[in-house]
Amino acid sequence: MSDWLEKFKSDFILNFITKDRWKYLWRGLGNTLEITLIALLLGIAIGVVIAVIRSTYDKNRDSMRRGLGYCLLRLGDFICRVYLTIIRGTPVIVQLMIIYYVVFASSNNGVAIAMLAFGINSGAYVAEIIRGGIMSIDPGQFEAGRSLGFSYVQTMRHIIIPQAFKVVLPSLANEFIVLLKETAVAGYVSVMDLTKGGDIIRGVTYSSFMPLIAVALIYLVMVMFFTWLVGKLERRLRSGDH
Amino acid sequence: MTTEALIRVSGLKKHFGGGKIKALDGVDAEIRRGEVVVVIGPSGSGKSTFLRCLNLLELPTEGTVAFEGVDITDRSVNINLFRRKIGMVFQHFNLFPHKTVLENITLAPRKLKRLGAAEAEGKAMELLAKVGLPDRASAYPSQLSGGQKQRVAIVRALCMEPDVMLFDEPTSALDPEMVGEVLDVMKDLARSGMTMVVVTHEMRFAREVGDRVIFMDCGRIIEENTPSEIFDNPQSDRLRQFLAKVL
Repeated sequence: MSDWLEKFKSDFILNFITKDRWKYLWRGLGNTLEITLIALLLGIAIGVVIAVIRSTYDKNRDSMRRGLGYCLLRLGDFICRVYLTIIRGTPVIVQLMIIYYVVFASSNNGVAIAMLAFGINSGAYVAEIIRGGIMSIDPGQFEAGRSLGFSYVQTMRHIIIPQAFKVVLPSLANEFIVLLKETAVAGYVSVMDLTKGGDIIRGVTYSSFMPLIAVALIYLVMVMFFTWLVGKLERRLRSGDH
Repeated sequence: MTTEALIRVSGLKKHFGGGKIKALDGVDAEIRRGEVVVVIGPSGSGKSTFLRCLNLLELPTEGTVAFEGVDITDRSVNINLFRRKIGMVFQHFNLFPHKTVLENITLAPRKLKRLGAAEAEGKAMELLAKVGLPDRASAYPSQLSGGQKQRVAIVRALCMEPDVMLFDEPTSALDPEMVGEVLDVMKDLARSGMTMVVVTHEMRFAREVGDRVIFMDCGRIIEENTPSEIFDNPQSDRLRQFLAKVL
């Protein structure tokens, strides 16, 4: 028993304490969180735009006057659908590598590229979440806004989107959790995220158990923490009826 | 009362489902300034569609709607500017649930008329006092009764200082004991000289408050007259049948 404890202790020291190797994990964790957060914000920005275009087309295609506006909307909807199909139909790691090695071949700012790639990827999922939120809002809300003299965009901005956001907040928080784990493949484009950090330690100490379990535990703790936060948020939203 | 036409509707048609359903089948009507026009008729007669065409919430298939002489169905017209002058009250209130009563009322004046917060709120409080709800300004819609919600919805429309108010069955979603408080507000409004178009099943309101009653059926105006003529001396069989059922 004490042998085992001794081995565990020396393993721990070798992997995390010697040469300050814990810093790989710490810096990796920083990158992981940064990439996740920025990607989610980018995803929300992309998602809102796409959700508005798609839901506008869905709701108005039959009642709209045929004209330039209609044609532009139809084209916009088509482009959005192509984007959604491609992003949701290919693995995120392939998208990441295409953006890193093909689109931005001349740049090696891996973190920024990872933010962009995961943002574009997340945008597709966020778009569908928000679209669901917009479609769930009572059409009467829209009519009330329009009848007061708000334009379509103003009605969306002041009346529909704020309500839709409240509806989809828990789903968006879940998307954040999913994204947090998905960024683990960022190491493929030489970004040192949490996973890559653990892998670097493994590479120099030749011990797999300690660094990989540590990485797994850190993800697990973060996910559990955010899940708890989402649960709290959901209860809060449910209790406050307004 | 002047005889100037505020809204003139001509040849109005509204078809749904590619022409299968003719909700409006050729309607001509005139709303004069200061007048209270009550639209009655069986459900599915097109009266709500008619009302919704007046501010183009429903886009007419054919025909024109002229507001103060301007054809607002024309594509070059910015309908948002005209809608500011046309207040609307809905059957289901459609208050914004994420905003307080005061925010519901001041949102449009502040964003569209660029009124300052103090000015908009002052006006909102004044109107809330008139409908007997000055103490509910900071409440959320979910905390109000149906009658209170509808009174707030009326204030929300009034705060834009419209030239005309459209009411789409404003008491149909209310519990019976709350109908009176909303009708009282509408009566006060009518007495103040507001031009009103009211789609309703409240025949007593039509008789007491209406200057003119329009009876619609199957997407057409069947009869149009003063309340006493409509209720005491109906000309058409369809109106007689309708009145026999509702009175």
